[in-house]
Amino acid sequence: MTALLKKQKEQEAPHAPPAAIAVENIVKRYGGFTAVKGISFEVKDGEIFGLLGPNGAGKSTLIRMMTTLIPVTGGKAIVGGHDVEREPNAVRNMIGVIPQAMTSDQDLTVGENLLIYAKLYGVPKAKREKNIAEVLEAVDLTKWREAQTKTLSGGMRRRLEIARGLVHDPRIFFLDEPTTGLDPVSRIAVWEMLNNLKKTRNLTMLITTHYMEEADRLCDRIAIVDHGTLVALGTPLELKQSVPGSNVVEVQFNREDDQWKSRLEALPNVTEVQSQSAGVYRVLTSNGPQTTTQLVEMAASLGEQLTSLSVQNTSLDDVFVHYTGRQLRDEQVKAVFQMPPRPGVN
Amino acid sequence: MNRFLAIVEREMRKFFRSPVLMIMSMMLPIVQLLVLGHAYGGHIKGAKVAVVDHDRGPQAVKVHEAFDSVAANIATFTTIPYSDEGSAREAVRTGKVDAAVIIPPQYSRRVYAQDAPRIGLVVDNSDQIMSGSIEGEMQSLVDALNQPVIQPRVVKDIALEIVELYPYVEYMKYLLAGSIALAMYISVMIGGGMLYIDDKARGVHEGYLVTPITKLELVMGLNAAGAIKAVLAGISLTFIGSLMSGLGTVFNPGADLCLLLLILGTSIAFNGMMFLMMVRVDDPLVPRAMFGVLNTLLFFPSGAISPVAAFPKWLQAIAIVDPFTYAIHGFKSILLKDGGFVSIQTDLLFLFAFGIGTLLIATPLFKRTL
Repeated sequence: MTALLKKQKEQEAPHAPPAAIAVENIVKRYGGFTAVKGISFEVKDGEIFGLLGPNGAGKSTLIRMMTTLIPVTGGKAIVGGHDVEREPNAVRNMIGVIPQAMTSDQDLTVGENLLIYAKLYGVPKAKREKNIAEVLEAVDLTKWREAQTKTLSGGMRRRLEIARGLVHDPRIFFLDEPTTGLDPVSRIAVWEMLNNLKKTRNLTMLITTHYMEEADRLCDRIAIVDHGTLVALGTPLELKQSVPGSNVVEVQFNREDDQWKSRLEALPNVTEVQSQSAGVYRVLTSNGPQTTTQLVEMAASLGEQLTSLSVQNTSLDDVFVHYTGRQLRDEQVKAVFQMPPRPGVN
Repeated sequence: MNRFLAIVEREMRKFFRSPVLMIMSMMLPIVQLLVLGHAYGGHIKGAKVAVVDHDRGPQAVKVHEAFDSVAANIATFTTIPYSDEGSAREAVRTGKVDAAVIIPPQYSRRVYAQDAPRIGLVVDNSDQIMSGSIEGEMQSLVDALNQPVIQPRVVKDIALEIVELYPYVEYMKYLLAGSIALAMYISVMIGGGMLYIDDKARGVHEGYLVTPITKLELVMGLNAAGAIKAVLAGISLTFIGSLMSGLGTVFNPGADLCLLLLILGTSIAFNGMMFLMMVRVDDPLVPRAMFGVLNTLLFFPSGAISPVAAFPKWLQAIAIVDPFTYAIHGFKSILLKDGGFVSIQTDLLFLFAFGIGTLLIATPLFKRTL
């Protein structure tokens, strides 16, 4: 367990109000393969909680267990005060779920899609019309109510999915990669919408994503999951601070040399050096400006030229790479699996 | 109840919005009814028969007159004169003519001498329907030529008197029962099986499963929607097919009630069968692959296009548990014989029991989780 996880556990007061979601040592096994290996965390009432992790990390499996879609192999998940295994219908009544795939019926209109789900959730007849009008307003689709779903753009369809998940006025909202496949403009629109929904409806949200920027901008707290285990948990700021070095200097030398990494590691304040590609290095440092000056001086004294140089604060990308090492692992994989040359092509 | 109705409502809204399913489920049975109905039910007309006359005597002239009579009336075939036997045989082999008649030398003399006169018929027996039809026509011609000029005092010919209970049933009418059942089967396979698996693959069911809908509500909703679609396909084809084949039974309200019960029973039976087969399937290719195999295995031995007794024992065994068999028997009993409720009781009993039974087995197999 990382120091950050220990700190998180210590912070949880013994008499704190009950969490909206409490997951305790949850396990999911498929035959001999364990997809989720004993993860525990709590989501506070009214917060946006992000599950961050690479593809295949176990995020979707985790969210599917919490939303009663797949049975739990071991451990416990309490959602809205109800055990997902023992009281699945009580859980279903208080959650809204946006699955990864867009599953609204294309042949039906926007209004019809919402009406069918209002009935499936058992919304009383007297409340249905009001709820549908409200959620359409919330996702800015009121004027598209009579439009067939197949005529909507990808961003609008995602907004319809969000409205569908809200039509029964849930307390807790699960979103599985809500902006995957959307263009940057639609993605930002969805982020703004989710922030507004959180404020106006006092929703607790659990979002899975592999977009660092999304997690950084939306989430109050983030859990990083890799290989079915929880590797870090905290606010975006806490996570960034937990990475050694508060600045990242990205430098590219005009010539590759085996010595660069050790030379950079020897500079004062440098906590970590990551080799990106030929001649490109990410230097994590606790003093960005000073390291930059020293780095330039070192290059000048060796008679070497820098092709590019940039300084930035630690981002969630650095946190992610720090905790999962995914980037390095991916590069190792690339090095092993070289595509064979095509016949006749050099 | 509301949730069950919501599933039915969703399916029906989609169904009525896009007429593709209805058109697709009725196209094959209607085309089949038209093509097979005419192919097997129509008389052969205009076949070409080569005639080689080596005799040219008075009895050969009688044969020519009989041929001319056929050509002018029933028109099964017309004759083309050939000069030699070899070229006539070659013409049959190459398909220029459908058969060849050889009147041998001394034919007339043999007739008068009562010395076993013969006429040769060369047929292309690779085409059983054509050769059978020409053989039948020729046999009746020869029978007519064999009639004695003066009838004997005591007629010893024993004739079989056939009493037909119903008016002559053209093959298209005979085929209609199968076409109705086939339209319902296609509707169930496309509108039920394939859409069900496609929805599963698209994640639509994931949307259902996170709502508080119960397993029973979901199963019943999906099956009720599938049954309604099949009933609509069945009713439409019963009316269209009856008009096409000239059956007036549909204008009898009593018969309509029996037909409606049969259509309902068949829909439930087909839906139950389909749901049992698809309940644990996730791959959208499976129902597509099964569609053709099941169609051949269940439709043909059921008595739809030829009697069940014409099939080997193992296919007859399948026919015993095949809902097609009972549906088609029931439809024939009403459409062709107007047999009333009593004639379809067993069929209805089997169809409803089969449908409810398969649903009872399928429901516990249905997984409420992914």
